[in-house]
Amino acid sequence: MFELCKARNYPLDPIGDTIYEHIMNGVSFSLAGTTLIALGSGALWWGDQRMLIVSDLHLGKTERVLRRGGPAMPPYETRDTLIRLENDLQASNAATVICLGDSFDDVEAAKTLSEADRLWIARLQAGRRWVWIEGNHDPGPIDLGGAHLAELPVPPLTFRHIAQNGKSGEISGHYHPKIRVKTRLRSISRPAFLFDSDRVILPAYGTYTGGLRSDDTALAALMRPEAMAIITGQTPRQLPMPR
Amino acid sequence: MLARADDPCTLLIAPTGGGKTLAGFLPTLADLATTPHDGLHTLYVSPLKALAADIKRNLRAPVEEIGLDIRIEDRTGDTSQTMKKRQRVDPPHILLTTPESLALLTSYEDAPRIFKGLKRVVVDEIHALAESKRGDQLFLALARLQSLCPDLKRVGLSATVDHPEDIAKLLARNPDPCKILYADPGPAPNIAMLETKEAPPWLGGGAAYAIPAVLAQVKAHKTTLIFHNTRAQAEIFFHNLWLANDESLPIGIHHGSLDRQQREKVEAAMVRGDLRAIVCTGSLDLGIDWGDVDLVIQVGAPKNVKRLVQRIGRANHRYNAPSKALLVPANRWEVVECINALQAVQEGDLDGDPRGPGPRDVLCQHILLRAASSPFDADALYTEMTSAGAFADLTRDGFDTCLEFCATGGYALKAYDRWQRLQQRPDGQWQLRDPRAAARLRMNAGTIQDSDTLKVQLKRNRGGKPLGEVEEAFAATLSAGDTFLIGGQIVRYEGLRDMTVEVSRNASRKPRVAVFSGSKFSTSTQLSQRTLRYLQANNWPDLPAHTADWLHLQRSISRLPEPGRLLVETFERDGRQNMCVYGFAGRNAQQTLGLLLTKRMEDMDLAPMGFVSSDYATLIWGLDEVIDPRPLFDLKALKDGLDGWLAGNALMKKTFRGAATIAGLIERNTPSARKSGRQATFSSDILYETLLKYDPDHVLMQITREEALRGLVDFSRIEVLFKNVGNRIDHVAAPHVTPLAAPLLLEVGKVPVQSGSAEERLLAEETTALMNDSGLSKV
Repeated sequence: MFELCKARNYPLDPIGDTIYEHIMNGVSFSLAGTTLIALGSGALWWGDQRMLIVSDLHLGKTERVLRRGGPAMPPYETRDTLIRLENDLQASNAATVICLGDSFDDVEAAKTLSEADRLWIARLQAGRRWVWIEGNHDPGPIDLGGAHLAELPVPPLTFRHIAQNGKSGEISGHYHPKIRVKTRLRSISRPAFLFDSDRVILPAYGTYTGGLRSDDTALAALMRPEAMAIITGQTPRQLPMPR
Repeated sequence: MLARADDPCTLLIAPTGGGKTLAGFLPTLADLATTPHDGLHTLYVSPLKALAADIKRNLRAPVEEIGLDIRIEDRTGDTSQTMKKRQRVDPPHILLTTPESLALLTSYEDAPRIFKGLKRVVVDEIHALAESKRGDQLFLALARLQSLCPDLKRVGLSATVDHPEDIAKLLARNPDPCKILYADPGPAPNIAMLETKEAPPWLGGGAAYAIPAVLAQVKAHKTTLIFHNTRAQAEIFFHNLWLANDESLPIGIHHGSLDRQQREKVEAAMVRGDLRAIVCTGSLDLGIDWGDVDLVIQVGAPKNVKRLVQRIGRANHRYNAPSKALLVPANRWEVVECINALQAVQEGDLDGDPRGPGPRDVLCQHILLRAASSPFDADALYTEMTSAGAFADLTRDGFDTCLEFCATGGYALKAYDRWQRLQQRPDGQWQLRDPRAAARLRMNAGTIQDSDTLKVQLKRNRGGKPLGEVEEAFAATLSAGDTFLIGGQIVRYEGLRDMTVEVSRNASRKPRVAVFSGSKFSTSTQLSQRTLRYLQANNWPDLPAHTADWLHLQRSISRLPEPGRLLVETFERDGRQNMCVYGFAGRNAQQTLGLLLTKRMEDMDLAPMGFVSSDYATLIWGLDEVIDPRPLFDLKALKDGLDGWLAGNALMKKTFRGAATIAGLIERNTPSARKSGRQATFSSDILYETLLKYDPDHVLMQITREEALRGLVDFSRIEVLFKNVGNRIDHVAAPHVTPLAAPLLLEVGKVPVQSGSAEERLLAEETTALMNDSGLSKV
């Protein structure tokens, strides 16, 4: 389904300075006593740990679709996603990067990544700790540097791909949340962070990803009634999660 | 026709009712009556399912009467799967079908066997097909049929058009000649404007004011067709007509979003002569041969004269009496348009723009469907395609680019060659890498761009009867308890189950209205210039008093547009700042003007949000008032950064989506695909933006630009417009919407400005309000 969700038009002009400003403009909130910043790019910043968290990169999607007999989409999504990630890394100088799963569209897609893209990822990994969390699309180890984990506890927080009911201090992805904001003249739909006192769910970071609206039963059931959303884009903004 | 039976190609120009369809079949019937034939003999293609069904009835009657052993069947989207399978195994003598069903039929492995022995093809309503990609697809399919059956004879049937030789070129195998036969056009139609006691409103498209007068006309005639420009209008009008129908006259409704059974019921009732009137849209627009129609009513202004004449020509199926038609303007501006359209008809001033060469997205789809049928030789396919008139000028380079696109995607970045869609075999033939892809390609066939729709049916515990379809975007706005109109009844939204909208019947009198996308009519520059001249008069004695008064009112609170000057009105309405620019330049030029002016407004931080254009004006709205519009019309500034602005525009993205779907880059949504995980799929806008960034010269981007530009005009034409105006720009800051601007508020085809600062401002405003409301901003 080609949903008419607002395309990821940021950053059109990937200049480090712009990103830096956005980090300053990120929306901060607290979870289990930690302070986190939701960035307009869809990445999450944990300043105390100098940790950058991204989710659902879906690298290699074009290859997977093609392999399965689908159409040949423009094969630029891996490049575009890595460019944006590189910008966030440069601007934040993160010591640790956590990819929350579905980093690859499937395990096969990870294997067939081009040599250039592998080198690029290795370059991004240089000098920092890197953790690949497994997702439903990419279960099992991948032949790339970094740690491969089913989930990662960094007290008081836990990082996993899919949120689990009843847990707290949880950071996850999987759902590709987006929200629709009805303004007085236009309804605006974009990827968004969802958070409450137990968890935060990250929007998908990958270029070729769609979204699931926050009023979907799966998300509405998972989040507390007082849950908030932070909409991505030029200036991230916080609002009560639309239901 | 019989004398021409052996000509390779014949085009018959005749008004409907002249029995032209039957004439097209005469050689077939004569041949089949004398020579026994095994399998398919004649293929009939029409743009409408309803028409195929109708011809089947009309053709079977004489055949059965004479006692001929001829099997006649139709094959459309409405035909059952069992029947379709049977037809492939055992084709009838005469098969009646649509361009889409034909394209599918040629994509099967057994296509050579299905079409073996095919002698004739009859293309009905070819003038309508010639205007669209459906026609381009059909003509490519004919080229393929001609390769399978070299002696195939082609016959085209057309209504009166201004350039029949252009249509003949499309029909014939290039460069074969095509003989054009003209039937007696019959007496000129009798068209007038419906007189009503009530004045039409300023604003509004429903023509509710005219209900009593229309009902009186229905009573005075045997059978009346009441045409509307959009499905939504047809629904509202039918609803109102039904409420006023105190004598309970049998009246039906027919449009493309209704369930097939509903449509068939209405068609059958019409054939039996049981109905006194049908409220309908374009789904009944073409050549339906229902003998007893003696009046056609057109509600809403005909946006183009050619269409008006063709529509009305269909009223009359008695060959000797003139067709009778009445126009019902829905608002006062449409009164002015109707008067001018009537004058144009009297002067035989048919309009319409010629189309360019055949579009390449259709070509890509044809290549893929060709591969689904069997391996092919590229040289032979190129030769075959250029034998279609629309693609006669296709260069080998152009063809190879499309073939490359079908095979690998054709991207500047070479990737994943091992998974390419088409592969070249050692013998040089091209084939699908994975034969299973054939089924996937067939599901994606066709060139009609439907918006995504959801089925509507009664709740299961109330019988689960299917009622029709609504657009997905409309369904998304519904909450439990909302009411809307479908098929003339008011229903209540109960919920969504398995991607089906479940409803119950509801007796309330005030429905919300189902929003169906109205088709945007092609337009006419001539008609708008004619209208501008008309406005220059001091008085308009031929206008009804209410409409003349309305123009006088425009003159007193603003002014009337004049040739050589440019009127610009600004006014506020519903929290939006509006600016209306009256160029009278035709829709394409007004559309271009909308793009240019919103760019200037964005440059000047006026936060434009969107625009809409008609043949005579462009309405732009945004967050900030335009205090002085003159600096906006700075030609030099308009040109700066124009390419980037155009590329980022919503029109471009929409065009890309259509082209990419037809060319096979985006797969159509199947209900099952939609059910499984929505988050896995994403907007076609992302593909467009990715190509724009990394591969701006990709063939699909070229196709998108070519096609989007067809709906726009050259910058040079805008320059001419500006030169004629010079500094004679008249700005009126009106206290509220003006008479002439009002109709623009209802115009379909609104183009949002997406890349603007307006969105950020609106988001800021809304999120602040939400946070304040919830008391969270102080936390």
